Amino acid sequence: MAGMSAPEPDSDDRGGRPVGRRIVLGVLALGAAGVALGARVQDATDGALAAVAANDPTGLTGLLPGGGGFRFYSVADAIPHRFPGDYRLTVDGLVERPATYTMDQLAGMPRTRLVRDVQCVTGWRVPQTAFTGVLLSDLLAAAGVRPGATALRFTCFDGVYTESLTLEQALRPDMLVADRMRDEAITDAHGGPVRLYAAPMYFYKSAKWLSGITVTDHVTPGYWEERGYDIDGWVGSSNGRGDDPT
Amino acid sequence: MVTIPPDDTPLRRFTPAERWIHRGTAALLGTTMITAAFLYLPGLGEILGRRALLVTVHEWSGVLALIPVLAGLLSRAFRADLARLNRFGPHDRGWLRATLRRLPRPAGKFNTGQKMYAALAAGAVLVMTGTGLILWFPHLTPLVTRIGATFVHDWGALLLGALVAGHIWIASNDPEARAGLRTGFVSRSWARHHHALWEREDHDG
Repeated sequence: MAGMSAPEPDSDDRGGRPVGRRIVLGVLALGAAGVALGARVQDATDGALAAVAANDPTGLTGLLPGGGGFRFYSVADAIPHRFPGDYRLTVDGLVERPATYTMDQLAGMPRTRLVRDVQCVTGWRVPQTAFTGVLLSDLLAAAGVRPGATALRFTCFDGVYTESLTLEQALRPDMLVADRMRDEAITDAHGGPVRLYAAPMYFYKSAKWLSGITVTDHVTPGYWEERGYDIDGWVGSSNGRGDDPT
Repeated sequence: MVTIPPDDTPLRRFTPAERWIHRGTAALLGTTMITAAFLYLPGLGEILGRRALLVTVHEWSGVLALIPVLAGLLSRAFRADLARLNRFGPHDRGWLRATLRRLPRPAGKFNTGQKMYAALAAGAVLVMTGTGLILWFPHLTPLVTRIGATFVHDWGALLLGALVAGHIWIASNDPEARAGLRTGFVSRSWARHHHALWEREDHDG
């Protein structure tokens, strides 16, 4: 200053209180609290957000975290695609009659429609979603399970995704080889044309792009189970979560 | 009577080091945000696929985004500007109300909004890095922590995205502020209008 006027007390911003540092620390504290309590907060907000999203014609709220939509996960580099006409499902392993099914053959078998909530292990839940297809137990009955069989291994035509169920789990009346979701053909992104639908379990158990069922004498952990998720993925009593059963 | 013409020699606002810190941070954070959009928004993710590659780029650009600022601490000018961003003086009180009513409000080298942005963005980037590392190395933490980290990382991404979008929007309306970051210099008249307290400071060279 050239001596024209004396500097005011607050004439520059090199003095003052360190509010910036307090804001940074506050944001860090908020983030830490969010990590500690996020699982519980999410359970509370998901229901509310899903209710809003269900009545939102724009669909924008579905994009919010926990906004009641499906979230897309793929373990492969690209979304695999298979035309329904080219699709084949093989059933082999410890069975009397190994078989290969086309989509038409699956459509001609006894059909089951299940309407349940879909619960992901990362927290999101999609209410009342219809899946239609053939019960695993019907496919196993047609193949004839041999003595000594205890488990099923599922393989997928993306070449990466695998899953497992015990034989006892697979025979439940809510384990489906699904070819329809929300009463429409299953899209590529949702694991079509045919996917597993393990209704009482977290959604990672419902392998997408299902192409093979092998009956085995031991459980082989699937893709997600090798990455830390529970092999027996019951909703509400596995993976350290307490969700309501679907 | 002698008329002294107004001094209009340009003022140095940022040193080359500071401009490179800004460019480096913008490029790396921009990369994390674009890859994040492809990973998070189902429509975009389904077009591109290649998630494993996107995840790798996202993770590395995220942790590397801290490097320009950390390396920048070697610059004395950058440290001085960080100190200015940290300090809120009496003229910062009531800034938001005045700005919303479009009333003039004196500001130092950085106005209150810029200080708030710097602090919120710094905190948010650190939170995103921390929660991102939890998700990058899932074996190190229990599932309940990973769910919490996912929750914070998802919402944090939205809030930080909105913050950065606002930052870019305001910059897009002020060509001379952008020129200040591009060339390092601003005109005295711009400084007098936007950062009067700073313009009045002693600028040696």
